[in-house]
Amino acid sequence: MENIDLSLVDWSRGQFALTALYHWLFVPLTLGLSFIIAIMESIYVKTGNEEWKRITRFWMTLFGINFAIGVATGIILEFEFGTNWSNYSWFVGDIFGAPLAIEGIMAFFLESTFVAVMFFGWNKVSKKFHLWSTWLVAIGANLSALWILVANAWMQYPVGMQFNPETARNEMVNFWDVFLSPMAANKFIHTITSGFVLASVFVIGISAWFILKKREFFLAKRSMVIGSVFGLISAIVLAFSGDSSTREIVHVQPMKFAALEGLYHGRSGAGLIMIGVISKEDRFKDELDLDRRTIEIPNFLSYMAYGDFEAFVPGVNDLTHGNEKEGIMSAQEKIERGKIARQTLSDFKKARDSGDTVQYNLLKNKFTDADFKENYFRYFGYGFLNDAESVMPNVPLTFYSFHLMVGLGFYFILLFTLVLVNILRDKLNEKRKLLRLVLFSIPLAYIATMAGWIVAEMGRQPWVIQDLLPTVAAISHINAGSVQITFWLFAVLFTALFLAEIRIMLKQIKTGPKEGGK
Amino acid sequence: MIRMFKKIATFYIEGFRSMTVGKTLWVIILIKLFILFVLLKLFFFPDILKTRFQSDRERSDYVLDNLTKP
Repeated sequence: MENIDLSLVDWSRGQFALTALYHWLFVPLTLGLSFIIAIMESIYVKTGNEEWKRITRFWMTLFGINFAIGVATGIILEFEFGTNWSNYSWFVGDIFGAPLAIEGIMAFFLESTFVAVMFFGWNKVSKKFHLWSTWLVAIGANLSALWILVANAWMQYPVGMQFNPETARNEMVNFWDVFLSPMAANKFIHTITSGFVLASVFVIGISAWFILKKREFFLAKRSMVIGSVFGLISAIVLAFSGDSSTREIVHVQPMKFAALEGLYHGRSGAGLIMIGVISKEDRFKDELDLDRRTIEIPNFLSYMAYGDFEAFVPGVNDLTHGNEKEGIMSAQEKIERGKIARQTLSDFKKARDSGDTVQYNLLKNKFTDADFKENYFRYFGYGFLNDAESVMPNVPLTFYSFHLMVGLGFYFILLFTLVLVNILRDKLNEKRKLLRLVLFSIPLAYIATMAGWIVAEMGRQPWVIQDLLPTVAAISHINAGSVQITFWLFAVLFTALFLAEIRIMLKQIKTGPKEGGK
Repeated sequence: MIRMFKKIATFYIEGFRSMTVGKTLWVIILIKLFILFVLLKLFFFPDILKTRFQSDRERSDYVLDNLTKP
């Protein structure tokens, strides 16, 4: 791939990262706040207490602001697929198309219909119908996320497809393998619960501000109960789904696993690093030097990965250079096999173009042959790489993002627990420091969820589709300058939208709920 | 049937009329959609394979070339 303009690759990646991260500023709050509102409205319908209606409407307004400003920001990512990532878009075939089409239809019918009832329907439809609409908005928003996450999970762990050399596309042969892949299930649960936690922190943070300002005590305390209970349950599910996801990654993306754990040298009885300092150069140093700069739980990584305290966990170096003793194939060997797969595809094309029917049929059948698929085509993407070292992701970035995400995840469990205990003991009003901490935790929730996406996407580099298509081969052959221009256009547009959101949101929070209040 | 559509239309019209914060948001939404679908999509984000090639066969060949060239 010597002819690829690396600045084009970098700008295309930068643009996708920028738009995806900005899009994700709006999504998790929508996912989580929709359920919190539905719970609040359920209490209103059950008790008939008008204060709960007021609480529901206040949070619904903030939900509306976030929903309106965030809506359609994700469509930009689809534009980018067609313009900047045309090889990728074609290669994934209908795998990506089907889930995205379902997402579009579901999002349109469920969200757009019931969002209108949710906002305009107060006093116009029955209480129960309104409540149903609110729940359907919440379910619809989260189901929309399901399909795009299924597509993303397929990129991390491609299953349920057959490559067609004739069309150069992957064709879905088993929808259920794609939809029910363990990677997809973990990713969906982990991602939506991260949204639930973020929304819960948002709710208790704003409520803490009201208490600090000695305003809206009833609303603030009731919201804090809902936020902290919903947040605590979600944070626990988040932790378990994260653990389950990591166990899955060990098998399907071992390099990412080694990177997020900062494990350069594989070992038996590997410890789990709790905190530590690592750098790119550490891979050249010996294990003892690294051990001095980390605090770890001995043998726990081996247990987490394989359920055995003495199991061997491969490190970045083992996966790059191979480890014969542990039966790990080197990246160089995979590159050789990938080159054979690419050459077979090239020969197939030549045979087709020259009308050599015998050779054409022989080579076409190879792509459905189990042995060729298992030993060569599964390494197809390696055939684009020039050297073994290029299979390494940015280890320090993945390591620090992962540890930041996990650390903040546990911090939120502690925070929700502290808030709940103080509510139950009726001492929350006196705990000014805790209230300030809760308020200033709102940006931490955003940082945690962004760090999660950095782990997921940077940790799997150099791949766009794991082992099948590297980033360098996925891009369109266009001018880097045009990508640079649209990068800055997006940066300006999204920053303006984000600032508008903060401004309108802050104004609305300061105004508070409209009428009544205790 | 017509009465039902009339009811739905009135529901939306009254809903939009009674909006407070929503009016600012609708301005933002409309400006955003204009920028996204008119300016960006039309002038900056053509679908490369759809605009450069006429048929799926041509698109396949182009991607096959990209995937196989050394």
